[in-house]
Amino acid sequence: MSTVRTQAATAAEPGTGPAIEVAGLTKTYRSRGRVVRALDGLDLRVEPGTVLGLLGPNGAGKSTTVKILATLSAPDAGTARVAGHDVVRDPAVVRRAIGYVAQKPVCDPMDTGHENLVLAGRIQGLSRRAARARAAELLERFGLTEAAGRLVRTYSGGMARKLDVAIGLVHRPQVLFLDEPTTGLDPEARADLWAEIETMARGERMTVLLTTHYLDEADRLADQVVIVDQGRVVVSGTPDELKDRLQSDGAARPSLDDVYLHHTGRVFDERGAA
Amino acid sequence: MSAVVHAGLLTARAYRGTVRIPVFAVMNLVQPMIWLLLFGQLFRSVVEIPGFAAPGDSYLEFIAPGVVMMTAMFGAAWAGTSFVQDMDRGVMDRLLASPASRAAMLVSTMAWYAVIAVVQGLVVLAVAWLGGARFDGGPLGIAVLFAAVVLLTCLFAAMSNAFALLARSQEALIGLSQLIVLPLMFLSSAVMDTRLSAGWVADAARFNPFDWAVVAGREALTGSADWGLVGSRLGLLAAAVLVMTWLATGAFRAYRASA
Repeated sequence: MSTVRTQAATAAEPGTGPAIEVAGLTKTYRSRGRVVRALDGLDLRVEPGTVLGLLGPNGAGKSTTVKILATLSAPDAGTARVAGHDVVRDPAVVRRAIGYVAQKPVCDPMDTGHENLVLAGRIQGLSRRAARARAAELLERFGLTEAAGRLVRTYSGGMARKLDVAIGLVHRPQVLFLDEPTTGLDPEARADLWAEIETMARGERMTVLLTTHYLDEADRLADQVVIVDQGRVVVSGTPDELKDRLQSDGAARPSLDDVYLHHTGRVFDERGAA
Repeated sequence: MSAVVHAGLLTARAYRGTVRIPVFAVMNLVQPMIWLLLFGQLFRSVVEIPGFAAPGDSYLEFIAPGVVMMTAMFGAAWAGTSFVQDMDRGVMDRLLASPASRAAMLVSTMAWYAVIAVVQGLVVLAVAWLGGARFDGGPLGIAVLFAAVVLLTCLFAAMSNAFALLARSQEALIGLSQLIVLPLMFLSSAVMDTRLSAGWVADAARFNPFDWAVVAGREALTGSADWGLVGSRLGLLAAAVLVMTWLATGAFRAYRASA
């Protein structure tokens, strides 16, 4: 049912263009006299229903991009449209169309899982009844029903992160931003969350922009991969395309790590990137 | 309209956060009693100084409204700590990326701290009454006193929220708040009649929003209130609340600009 509704909402959008469209995005930070150029003319285009993995070394501009797209930060130059709306001119419309899961936990530790979801739903304009129903549905889907009445501070890291993703989904957003959803989780919890994200992206047919420190995460979840470095896009394509381009006759199949090394001149260090 | 709903929802969240830590709830109730008894005993005989306000009143009657306001201001100065907690997690960013109204985010903490301050004020008045203090102003006087409590709380909660958005750390927020709150407490008639202090203290008190609340509350509790004085102080406080709320809304823009 949710699928039907999401599709209808997307179809009703004026000009059903790309879900995310970014052109020439520039952002400079000044701190203590030092000027840091976080984004240097970044371009991006994400079609509806796609899972896009944004990869890059630390400081490449991944989080800055997500923050601008989620209306949390303003670009110095360039344009960004999400779900057909300009993030600078129409932030209020964009905020209703997106779900945002920050790098840091977005759930309140002093509320229960159920309360977190109901609050998030009601802020997004759901009625009390609809918010409760949606909360129960999401808790069920993420396997948190038994923990629904417990304070989030008693949750394990993996449970809390699932709740974070559920909070981002509560209003069936057209576009979901996941900023490093599995960083800090143990391998089992990570695999668990990957399965949830896969099911979710397929089931709700929403557009997902995912930044990650893990190449295997991008390889598994993303339809499209974009590698950014020093505030610019270095290369983009499906994981297979990127590997194909690097494939030479008779050589072993390159991994996404090889692709990454080739384009950024750096080894992807999971811990170093954090 | 949705801003009102959001303010209600977020105030309910603040309420849950407080009552779920019973130690805080108990501390909130015990602390005003400590202020009242400590200051009441420490300065008990100052009423005997010639020229002290309202001869015949006990010192307990004099400081009760002062302690009500102290409790309100000290409490509200901490209001921003929940903003910092939300910023330390991703809760603040999540709310800012949602349709949650910024005004509602401010108003919910102001409203919740006002509720706490009113409950604490009732405790102070009850303890003072048990100690023998009598307030001739009656229910009307007490209602006006609590109007001043609400305005004072809103003013300092808005200030604390603004500091939180700019400083983004508990240490900086608390340091900044204490730097402002303690001098304001002593540059007022809360525990001492300023006519007996150095002249400059009385002058400074006239520009001190905390003293406006103390003067309005204390005057309202007397049986023969000068309503012109009470009204002017409440009016000044209300104006200060509006200005501070506007500044705190601006602090959201500063937070975004540096995001």
